[in-house]
Amino acid sequence: MSHNNHFPTTNNVSGSPSGRRIGVYICYCGGNISDYVDVEKVREAIASTEGVVVAKTTMFACSDAAQQEIIEDIQEYQLDGLVVASCSPKLHLFTFRGAAERAGLNPYQYVQVNLREQDSWAHTDDPQGATEKAIKLVAAGIAKAKLTRPLKPYRLETVKRTLIIGAGIAGLRAALALADLGIEVIIVEKESQAGGWVNKFASLYPHKKNGQQLISSLLYELYQRENITLYTGAQVVEKKGCVGDFEIKIKTSQETVTHNVGAIIVATGFENYQPHQGEFGYGQTSAVITLPEFKTLVESSREKGTLEFNGRPIQSLAYIYCVGSRQPAAEENAHTYCSRFCCNAAVHTALLVTEINSSIHQFHLYRDIRTYGKFETLYEDACRQGSVFIRFAENEPPQVIPENGQLKIKVKDLLTAGEELELATDLIVLVTGMVPRENSELVNLLKLPIGKDGFFNEIHPKLRPVETVIDGVFIAGTAQGPKNSAESTASSLAAAAKAAALLIKGYVELEPLIAFVDVERCQWCGLCAEACPYEAITKGSLGEREIAEINRALCKGCGGCVPVCPQDALHLEGYTDEQVQAMIEALATESS
Amino acid sequence: MASHNRDQNSQSRTQEDFRPKILVFSTNSISDPGIDLAGSSHLHYPPTVVVLPIPCSSGLKPKWILYALQKGFDGVFIAADGTDCPYLPDCTDRTAQIATAAQQLVEEHGFEPARVKMAAICSVCAEPFVNHMKAFYETLQSLGPVKKESSPGETPPSSAPNSPPAKSKNNKGK
Repeated sequence: MSHNNHFPTTNNVSGSPSGRRIGVYICYCGGNISDYVDVEKVREAIASTEGVVVAKTTMFACSDAAQQEIIEDIQEYQLDGLVVASCSPKLHLFTFRGAAERAGLNPYQYVQVNLREQDSWAHTDDPQGATEKAIKLVAAGIAKAKLTRPLKPYRLETVKRTLIIGAGIAGLRAALALADLGIEVIIVEKESQAGGWVNKFASLYPHKKNGQQLISSLLYELYQRENITLYTGAQVVEKKGCVGDFEIKIKTSQETVTHNVGAIIVATGFENYQPHQGEFGYGQTSAVITLPEFKTLVESSREKGTLEFNGRPIQSLAYIYCVGSRQPAAEENAHTYCSRFCCNAAVHTALLVTEINSSIHQFHLYRDIRTYGKFETLYEDACRQGSVFIRFAENEPPQVIPENGQLKIKVKDLLTAGEELELATDLIVLVTGMVPRENSELVNLLKLPIGKDGFFNEIHPKLRPVETVIDGVFIAGTAQGPKNSAESTASSLAAAAKAAALLIKGYVELEPLIAFVDVERCQWCGLCAEACPYEAITKGSLGEREIAEINRALCKGCGGCVPVCPQDALHLEGYTDEQVQAMIEALATESS
Repeated sequence: MASHNRDQNSQSRTQEDFRPKILVFSTNSISDPGIDLAGSSHLHYPPTVVVLPIPCSSGLKPKWILYALQKGFDGVFIAADGTDCPYLPDCTDRTAQIATAAQQLVEEHGFEPARVKMAAICSVCAEPFVNHMKAFYETLQSLGPVKKESSPGETPPSSAPNSPPAKSKNNKGK
């Protein structure tokens, strides 16, 4: 593939009334754009636009060679604005901002025009229409570029200390990782004891250590380190400041302490799904219990060598899978997601039961089973050791009927062509999933974003999996969604790495595309401050007058304050009235 | 077919060859990726639809919407963040208020409020976006072309002192 095919160039160097010197590059994208957009025609249409000094087409604008040419042009023609019309800004906004910066042009004087996702690819049925649209889009990009000004990111020193909320396996592991990188750690745990759920877990796959042993080894390591402080029975009650320097108030039973921290990791974990009264007989008979309850029973029975319930040995039991998970969306507060750990946990528990007494009959009633990765061998072992797997249909779940002190289950077995089975068992285990923890105080305090499933939300599930929209606040473990303990630890180490990367650098640079106040117009009514959930606007003063003041470190650049101002005194950098109106005008103008 | 009571404005355009011009305000992190996805999936919608991305639909000024109609757009569509907004938990309500205010504002200036439409478009809402565009396009076709501002030299309310100079080269007056 050729990367350096650029096409005829025209350089209209002329004195321009706006005084601006804009370079425009229109990309073929190797045919992705040029197959449907007459790229040369677009160039001709915009080349003589006032302020445009260089207008070129290029086969691949993102190629090294093309970027180099752009850099040379910026320097040779002393460009003060750059427009690249290529793909979506999600792909290459930062690529070309970088190219501008390398050439000595302020990166905020770069404008990306989306000719691929929002033009050529959307109008493959209408090349003429796509070309006309491209001309308007590029003209709007030029109009915006002409109204850009050089901006500098806001630089903020950071405090080399991290707050971790939650001392479960995720929080503890992240604390050790940070401490070893030389970053001081404050851990806040709501319970009186560190360790979280894992501390209560029975023997774990594959190393057969129990949860308590794992947590003890982490706590042992923790106490070896002087730069970790653990508060138990404690809660975060106040947060001020912003990324790099949050001021945190922690309340314990004895005192309230204040710490300054540069980053926050939220590792508050999950809650077990609690079946409602009557769900598969739960609450109606004591012989229907949840998986966590059953695991406690199994763990305590391992030493005894016999599995008993209510003083009677268990001869048969049934597991019902997906209880509280994968619920139909139509249900109120439905948990529509798969809890991901529970198939593995139930199958693993069945193996532990077999270890205690191999003559116990175990029936697994499931909709679908997912023992992914290494856990697949657990499933095979369970089959081999006599567990019976019975698949039911989503719309025909098993029915639990208490009868003569025993439990009867009716279930239609999909794998034997819908044959109706009746099972009599001593115990029914509901394989319950994970649900989000009720944490509204913390959510309000940190302004944490919550996803549709009720768990905390990352910025991007693949590219930024532990960062939140609140700069400097990271999420780890099951607070983000169902995970097993290995996955929790992996995510907590990712969060630790992100927090460390932020703090070891010593400073953060914040986007300058934020709100600003027209101090002449502002009469301080306070409406903008009310509209800002980030508390980025406060009352300031200009001489005698009260005016709105924007905290550059707190403003997220959403513009939510802009339309609420009755004086029209608030503007968003990069989206000013002048810029938006110039773009609208260009987009509305028909090319002849 | 339709009555031609707009002949004075629509020149010789008939309803059939009237291709409504739609301005879409999208949002950088939510609806714009959804609109990108429509293109990546090669879903078609009229090329007279153009998109102007902003950070959040709650940052939209009603006067920009009026300005778009004054400049010749037949309709303005707000591709709102909805409940997915990364900034504002009450974004849906805020954008709805802005859309309502914009409808009132354009009506005060003699434009039909139906020329302003809002719907939440999520980051994977490719098909819903395309369906909205087709439906809005049809609505605007039945409304007819936007009429020119009655009072000449109208500028946007609460004035934009530094509005850019008209680009005479591209403005070949028809």
